[in-house]
Amino acid sequence: MGSDRSRLGFYLLLAPILLWLVVLIILPHIGLFLVSISEKIGPREYETGFDNYAAFFTEPLYWRTFARTAIMSIMATALTLILGFPIAYYIAKLTRGRTKTTLFLMCMIPFWVSELVRTFGWMILLRETGVISNVLQYLGLVNGPVEMLYNDAAIMVGLVYTSILFMVVPLVTTLDSLDDSLIEAGYDLGGTSTSIMREIVIPHAMPGIVSGCIVVFMLSLGNYLTPILLGGKDSLWFTGMIYTQFITRFNWELGSAFGFLLLALSSLVVFLGLKFSGQSLSETMGRP
Amino acid sequence: MIPTVPQPAFAKWCYRAYVTAFFIYLALPLTVVCVFAFNNSVFPSLPWEGFTLAWFFGTEAPFIGVFNERSIMRSIGTSAFVAFWVSAFAVTVGTCNAFLFVRHDFRGKALLYMLMLLPLIIPGVILGISILVFSSSVANTLEDATGLWFDGLRPGLILVILGQFSFITTFATLVISARLQKFDPSLEEAALNLGASKIGAIRQITLPFLLPAIVASAVVSVLMSFENFNTTLMLVGSDSPLTITMFDKLKQGSTPVLNAVSLLLIIISAALGLLSLLFQNAKR
Repeated sequence: MGSDRSRLGFYLLLAPILLWLVVLIILPHIGLFLVSISEKIGPREYETGFDNYAAFFTEPLYWRTFARTAIMSIMATALTLILGFPIAYYIAKLTRGRTKTTLFLMCMIPFWVSELVRTFGWMILLRETGVISNVLQYLGLVNGPVEMLYNDAAIMVGLVYTSILFMVVPLVTTLDSLDDSLIEAGYDLGGTSTSIMREIVIPHAMPGIVSGCIVVFMLSLGNYLTPILLGGKDSLWFTGMIYTQFITRFNWELGSAFGFLLLALSSLVVFLGLKFSGQSLSETMGRP
Repeated sequence: MIPTVPQPAFAKWCYRAYVTAFFIYLALPLTVVCVFAFNNSVFPSLPWEGFTLAWFFGTEAPFIGVFNERSIMRSIGTSAFVAFWVSAFAVTVGTCNAFLFVRHDFRGKALLYMLMLLPLIIPGVILGISILVFSSSVANTLEDATGLWFDGLRPGLILVILGQFSFITTFATLVISARLQKFDPSLEEAALNLGASKIGAIRQITLPFLLPAIVASAVVSVLMSFENFNTTLMLVGSDSPLTITMFDKLKQGSTPVLNAVSLLLIIISAALGLLSLLFQNAKR
């Protein structure tokens, strides 16, 4: 009887997770795929085919935007790593106790705040009548107002800002676990700062680097606010294109195909990143 | 480069300068957002026209403060409503999931665990459109079959709640599972030996132990729901939550009212964030 009851308990626990995953994750994605391979041939009449995907490859605007989004996301990821690594190293290795907690908290606070607010802050700083332009004029470095918003550099600044925490946190965690005596031993054996970095610190931090890069790349690829608000009207970002197809053009078939392509790219990067580093999804993502 | 190995003073100073510059970079956007909430001007930009609280309490146009701006107050209410339900559902399902993954072994557990993590790697926009497409096609089918209307499945608050729930639950599950793993099952066994029922033991022993994690994940869920933009954007109907309202206003051109709302948001999210850390630390 006891086992019957625990059986029942098990099914009661299984029900909500299955309901959640099947109804909100699995079925919607199957539905999305089915819509992406249907072509409209008349009002409420559809045919199965790959025309939407063909449209993506034949229309340069579409695949170029896709490539641009991917390349800029890769650049943002690299930049985040380069800028974030020294900070993570500083927090993990050169500070102790209270200072460490404070610095870590200071890193985290901006990320509890809505991305919209952060982006708004950058708009106030960078625009033609903005703070930086005014300060430069005041200092006499420029003659007239300078517009720093609405270009790719502004997007890059925003993307790095938005995702740097997701690089710093895993890096601090892995660097924390590196024993200082290993670095000391490196110096004792005649290593230079550069060679120790290359042969001891970076190999040890690799899991953190990989999981940080995966998360940052995904966040940049799927970002909508930063490219739209900081990049202005002419800036093309693939999520913006998906939004246009869905909400403005009401062409859900093409929009679904776009969505699937974005999902495929992001999954591919996660898969390759995990494969390359020999980590599993649970290890990388399963840390709250 | 560790404290026990001496480094040239110049290199040390350069490093410190970089770290300082980095923290300025982090703080700068939020600082200007806050400062310009108090500027007595209709644009959130320099020159500084003097200090005012009109953007919070003002009643006369153009200085209509945030507390008197109907559309913003209403969208804060909408956001709170959405956040409440998302958090309630996510924590409930998250707790069930934690018990399932920590206490039970079954075939396909690893697969189910991986599926549970999937929402983390699906971009928010895609999550939004897939739920939009699916619920619309279900609504179409049902309407064709029955001739009734199914407005709940059209873009609107129900879909926003479902969309946010679909990925926030993963976070709740991870936080609560981590705590449940540290629980010593012999405590529950002792309660059973002393005559407690299985349900009673869980309610009186296990759930109080889990409480800090449950509260922390509820707070984090509220925070994530309040701030979510990408998924919400695709599923929103006529009642828009705060982030969507702010986005629309921002596209039209910004006034310091947005700074005032942002300042309130910064204070609330920092407070909630610290609260969640406090509860998560309470477990040690």
